[in-house]
Amino acid sequence: MRNALSKAEIKSDIAARFGDAFKIHERAAAETLSTGVTEVDASTGGIPRGAITEIFGPRSSGRTSLMYSLLRYATTHDEICALVDTNDVFAPAAAAMSGIDFERLLWIRCAANLEHAFKATDLLLHAGGFGLVIVDLGDVAGKDVRRIISSWWYRFRRTVEDRPTAVVVISEEACTRSCAALTLELHGRAEWSQASISYGNLLRFNSINVNRCRPLLPALNESQFRARAIA
Amino acid sequence: MFACIYSEKLPADLSLTDFAYAFSPLVEETKPGTVVIDVDGCELLFGSAYQLAQEVACRAKQSRTSGGLESTVNVAIAANPDAAIHAATRLQGITFVSSGEELTCLGEFPITHLDYSLVNVDEQTAEEIFETLRLWGIRSFCDFASLPVAGVSERLGQEGIRLQQLAAGKTERHLKIKQPEPVFANSFELEHPIAELEPLSFIFARLLHQLCATLNAYALATNELLVELELEDQMTHERRLSLPYPMRDHKVFLKLVLLDTEMHPPAGAVRGVSIRCEPVKPRVLQSGLFVPLAPAPDKLELTLARLAKLVGEENLGSPSLVDTHRPDAFNMKRFVLPAKKNNRRLPIETGQCVGLRMFRPALRAVVETEQGCPAQISAWGKQRSVYGKVVQLAGPWRTTGDWWREDRWARDEWDVAVASSNKLSDEPPGLYRIYRKLNSEMWFVAGNYD
Repeated sequence: MRNALSKAEIKSDIAARFGDAFKIHERAAAETLSTGVTEVDASTGGIPRGAITEIFGPRSSGRTSLMYSLLRYATTHDEICALVDTNDVFAPAAAAMSGIDFERLLWIRCAANLEHAFKATDLLLHAGGFGLVIVDLGDVAGKDVRRIISSWWYRFRRTVEDRPTAVVVISEEACTRSCAALTLELHGRAEWSQASISYGNLLRFNSINVNRCRPLLPALNESQFRARAIA
Repeated sequence: MFACIYSEKLPADLSLTDFAYAFSPLVEETKPGTVVIDVDGCELLFGSAYQLAQEVACRAKQSRTSGGLESTVNVAIAANPDAAIHAATRLQGITFVSSGEELTCLGEFPITHLDYSLVNVDEQTAEEIFETLRLWGIRSFCDFASLPVAGVSERLGQEGIRLQQLAAGKTERHLKIKQPEPVFANSFELEHPIAELEPLSFIFARLLHQLCATLNAYALATNELLVELELEDQMTHERRLSLPYPMRDHKVFLKLVLLDTEMHPPAGAVRGVSIRCEPVKPRVLQSGLFVPLAPAPDKLELTLARLAKLVGEENLGSPSLVDTHRPDAFNMKRFVLPAKKNNRRLPIETGQCVGLRMFRPALRAVVETEQGCPAQISAWGKQRSVYGKVVQLAGPWRTTGDWWREDRWARDEWDVAVASSNKLSDEPPGLYRIYRKLNSEMWFVAGNYD
């Protein structure tokens, strides 16, 4: 009882002298941007603005499908988006079929230069005003991804934390470590059909399993959606 | 007070307006041979208004080398500019019309001498009114001015009222000041040539600052800058900077010009710098409370210039599809902020597409076939490799096109699932698009379904 009283007295003394300098500021609930996939939105609440979201998984796990969905939703909802394409793998024809509005998309091709990709991202984030910035490291080799120094991610996190920009990093292995506010791990499984008699099988869907790795919640950490193959 | 200078026979190579600027900066060029100047505030320079009129008449007689007109001019001073015009055009020499006594001086002028163009009355209407007045027996300015206003309005309309005020010397208007033509260009010649960018940046900064000040003074902006660098070897290095939006911020212009000069340096040392711009109206944009934030146009332009320097201009922009069936055909357009709101809001539910990651250039592959179908693939590149057994496949789909051109294509495409060669790995098979060129029978991996 005495301890509690003395603690309260000390607090009031400090507050009188230093105001709220020692008060721990609670961060406001992050605004989110829909992923464009109902199932993923249900488990994650969308990707947070003013923070880094990491989407990782092996090849054919559905990372690009989810990226298309994100871009499709954001560009058709008046957001200005930027795609930093490290290995120049973005396919405009496939992206157009998914419904992305190219007028609101700035595409930066970095010709496999990782340093250029990070510098370009830094310039974009400092310019401000972009609703969604995607850094595609999906085809960067694992050893190179692991060599990315953490200070880049801290710098990006610090730059966007008070801005309405959502940063999404796509990679084969988790690389942003503690800087990501949301981390999703993807696994894909192709679904083939015997629909065409003349040509045999057809790739119909990629069934994508999304696991939330960070932050983990007791309730729902897993969701699944199917991406339709392009005709 | 206003002074009207009228010259009936002015030499063609002399300008009455330029002559009038010697007395006041507020000059209206009413018509050829007639100018009106505002003489308020000129007392300290020329004394009273009458002394000013004498000075004007005296200086007009002087030779052109002394700034004169080599001719005689009529000068009239009045509180009303239109009264001054009527007095100067009809009375020889110097006339002084006191305020409120316009009719004493101009009252006997015939009604047909009224300059109806001063009150925006067209010729036909004026002729009709003059004819009516003639039938009424109204002959002079004084007669017309003495008519009751209500009656004139009732019978002759608003044009009649305006003409009556003109006759009475009671019109109210401002001078239509003639502004000198603005020049949106600045140049600078150097005594010693400059070969480095840093000292040149100070020259750019000075010229652009002046240019933006001129644009600001006329409430204009520019969307095109033309930078001309005169080189030591008498050559000229020209760069044209097109901006997607009109701007007039000299700091932004300076950074853009410096970045452009860094990307496209001149071939030699610079002896002279000239910067011109095309003046246009500034951009007016109404933003909305519920419209998502977009990059500021000037910041975006700087960012794009910096990105272009980093990755190259050809690697930056918005993709656009080409009207062809050629695989992976696209163009890069310059990225410009869309002006219109997007009305094509797609709902969240409707289907997602399988993503495709293109390999540029396509990965050369060695493919083993069984009964014409791929069975085993091995492909290695600098950044990626594909190796393993084909466990599922679909195809082939044959595409051909542009057979009349050198760069024609003809290929059989397959979608394949390639299982990892590592038996311990539990990774699901990777999905790839592979193709075989029909003319060379060579196999390639076009991309990866993801």
